[in-house]
Amino acid sequence: MNQPATTKGFPLPSSLKVVKGTERAQAAYPYHTQFSQGDDRRFWFYNSMHFPEPMSAFDMVTAEAAYCALGAANTRVHCLPTTLGIDHRIINGRVYIGGNAVTDPAEIARRTQEFQKRAFYYYANWERLYEQWRGKMKALIQSAQALPKPQLPEFEPLANVHAGKGVASNHELLDTYQKTLEGYFRMWHHHFEFLLLGYGAYLTFFSFCKKAFPEITDQTIARMVAGIEAEIFRPDDELRRLARCAVELGVDSKFRDGVSPAEIIKSLEQAGPAGRQWLDELQTSRDPWFNINVGDGFYHYHRAWNDDLSMPFAGLPEYMRRVRAGESLERPVGKLQEERRKLIEDYRELLSTDDERAAYDQMITLAHRVFPYVEGHKFYCEHWYTNLFFNKIREFGALLSSHGFFPDAEDVFHLTHYELKTAIIDLMSAWSNGSAPRGPDHWPQIVADRRAAIREWAKHETPPALGPVPDVIDDPAIVMLWGITRESLDAWLSASDDTESKEVRGFAASSGVVEGPARIVKSVEEISRLQKGDILVCQVTNPTWAPIFQKIVAAVSDIGGSMSHAAIVAREYGLPAVVGTGNATSRIKDGQRIRVDGGRGVVTILQ
Amino acid sequence: MPSTQIIGWFADIGLHDRPQVGGKGGSLGELQRAGIDVPPGFVVKTDAFERFLQSLEQQSPLRARVESVDPDDLGAVQACCKELRARVEGAQLPSDVLDEISAAHATLCTRPAETPVAVRSSATTEDAIDASFAGLQDTYLWVTDLAQTLERVRSCWASLYSVESVTYRRKKGLPEAGVAMAVVVQQMVNARTAGVMFTRSPLTGDRSVITIEGAWGLGSAVVGGEVTPDRWVIGKITGEIPVREISEKQIQHVPASGGGIESVPVPEDLRRTPCMSDAELQALRAIGRNVERHYGRPQDIEWAVERDTQKILLLQSRPETVWSAKEAAPVARPAEDPLSHVMSIFGGRR
Repeated sequence: MNQPATTKGFPLPSSLKVVKGTERAQAAYPYHTQFSQGDDRRFWFYNSMHFPEPMSAFDMVTAEAAYCALGAANTRVHCLPTTLGIDHRIINGRVYIGGNAVTDPAEIARRTQEFQKRAFYYYANWERLYEQWRGKMKALIQSAQALPKPQLPEFEPLANVHAGKGVASNHELLDTYQKTLEGYFRMWHHHFEFLLLGYGAYLTFFSFCKKAFPEITDQTIARMVAGIEAEIFRPDDELRRLARCAVELGVDSKFRDGVSPAEIIKSLEQAGPAGRQWLDELQTSRDPWFNINVGDGFYHYHRAWNDDLSMPFAGLPEYMRRVRAGESLERPVGKLQEERRKLIEDYRELLSTDDERAAYDQMITLAHRVFPYVEGHKFYCEHWYTNLFFNKIREFGALLSSHGFFPDAEDVFHLTHYELKTAIIDLMSAWSNGSAPRGPDHWPQIVADRRAAIREWAKHETPPALGPVPDVIDDPAIVMLWGITRESLDAWLSASDDTESKEVRGFAASSGVVEGPARIVKSVEEISRLQKGDILVCQVTNPTWAPIFQKIVAAVSDIGGSMSHAAIVAREYGLPAVVGTGNATSRIKDGQRIRVDGGRGVVTILQ
Repeated sequence: MPSTQIIGWFADIGLHDRPQVGGKGGSLGELQRAGIDVPPGFVVKTDAFERFLQSLEQQSPLRARVESVDPDDLGAVQACCKELRARVEGAQLPSDVLDEISAAHATLCTRPAETPVAVRSSATTEDAIDASFAGLQDTYLWVTDLAQTLERVRSCWASLYSVESVTYRRKKGLPEAGVAMAVVVQQMVNARTAGVMFTRSPLTGDRSVITIEGAWGLGSAVVGGEVTPDRWVIGKITGEIPVREISEKQIQHVPASGGGIESVPVPEDLRRTPCMSDAELQALRAIGRNVERHYGRPQDIEWAVERDTQKILLLQSRPETVWSAKEAAPVARPAEDPLSHVMSIFGGRR
């Protein structure tokens, strides 16, 4: 991709061209997400943390819904003093985002007053509001689960007629689709209701520690705050439990590498009471804990464990081996809690004055108060709800595909959510009129075009950032969520100057030094390529990849901070990890021998 | 033999004995009493120096000679120092002093036979936080017999009359009557690896980390700056090792065949090899924490790993002075409304 440099900074948005032959696919994105001239004056960065691969047309709904909700929370609900929301643009399937800083001191002062009336109320009433939040989230999940499967009978069921329902099945399609979409947008509002406030309270403690202990590692601070029993650990805990069960029931021999989950389940069904008992245990774990998907929930093809058991099952044999070897897979919760308490106390003791100790106590108390939300929300939002959402869209895909709109149910994800509504109304009309829908003549070519475009876009590197480099990044949202600071931008700029260097630098996420072959995993489908002893090099690490963390010896990612869940899981497994390198997946070649120094945040290419 | 007015075994002395045993001697005693491994040894107390000096004063005035010199007249200072050093180094020891040092040396060095010693000056003002003589006195390594030991004890005493020391005292107007010197005599550690440890960061003053520097052989190569040591930063509490700088260690100090030490090249295959294992670093961290806790303040420590036993020994510990002297503004104060702390993040740049 052409990258004419500005005097100081990254290529201008206007210099970034749509990949040849993909112009029609690019045009599918709404007008307000296309780059325009005025955008050259602003700084943008590629949100590869959340959208590391080119997005299909439908999946862009996540950017739309998430930024609507994030912006509302920052700009209008909590009134963050120094920042408004985040704009997004889409080019070549990549999402670029830019913050809206507030710089006028008078405006900051005005917003500060509002912020304290709003955010402080949340902090003061956190437990109650968070409990209320869980209630809202569970109700939202229930209502999504209650939505009917979209279908069109030849004749309206007699029962509906006799009941005088008065609304026909084609209308139910529209109703279900709109509720599905509405629920997804609503979920994102819930997602951001607490998030920035939570990160902000954490970061308050974090920056205090950095000042008091200039050389403290990020992971130590994270360990002082992180919960021991967060929901995000549960799916992996369940796997360990299932591995133990299988060994205790004597059915572990059924789990072998290279045997598909379906075959395993079949052989267990035939294995008498012990086999059936294990399957019952599996069922208990699945609802809800297998509603975790193998990515970050932002791609329709990041399927949940419940939809594709191959990911969780891949981790079982190794866990079973460890159980047989007499290892306890139980997380020593009591011991971990005691260690955390001791850690906090020991650092407290090192402070110079009682004043500092009192301030430390105030800050860590608040950080502990908010952190259950920071850790817990993902399971409900990005995993559980998102799975329901994409699966409902998949049902619409199956219906449209059965009416010839496109060959495969999954093809529905090549339509934007606006277009999908049009297609549904096309089908509704056709069903009602008794004539043929127009979709089968319209969509197949478009779907083929867009599928090709995504393949093409994936072949092109995209710049990590665009436009002039700001003097300072003072937007707490961008610093907190993406770990982007003036220093990290300088590192990106110098990395592009210095591609010959054998070193790739990032955040030190989990200490330890290890060498091994690099396995570049650019998408979830490639996970199966990982062999025991490999070093995972990916764009964004994900905690739901936990089962594969027992295969690898270290993890390296392009994006992520030391408080990312990936870093937490790496520490949990005692694996060295370097995150937020910016470009490890492009600098390091598959199979190259590398050394990961997770304590220093340095990856060295050895050959 | 028991401790006396003239010599004091480490086990019998502590920091509060500084006026008699000097800072270094007191600290070694203090460490041993705190259960930290140090090479066994004794201190030739200031009383021995005082008796020795009295015997010199009887021949001709010595302290008055120093007090009369003009510190701005370099020629006069040099002449005075040359004369006094020659007197100190050439004079006989009073018989009680000679007997007691000889007996203590015999006790220290018979097991194992002919154990070499280090002879180190231990000034009574050295290591004090306000006026530091550190570096102005001497240390003699690998001293192999009694005659040489006695000679080195006199050399340590004579170092009080170096040009630097005398100039320093005269410019400060310190009375000579208060000037005394104790001397540490301790078993020499044949170090496989040795170096220094700060129980805070020398770069940032951070008290949550321990910085360790070490190289192959005796610690004199590290302290004297003749080798670039390996360097580690270790979380004092967590034990994580976020910084590991393994340098190219070209030379090492080893015992010379005729006594003393010599600088020899490090074998090729060891140059880039870390001179400490992680387990040793962790053991050293634990020792550092103990010492710091014992003294109640950050420490500057010299350590060595014994070649045959692989045992870690401390050679010295003194309070860290650079950062401790700085008046740091508190990082934060408690707030009336604890929530207001978040404004440091949300309130923008200030």
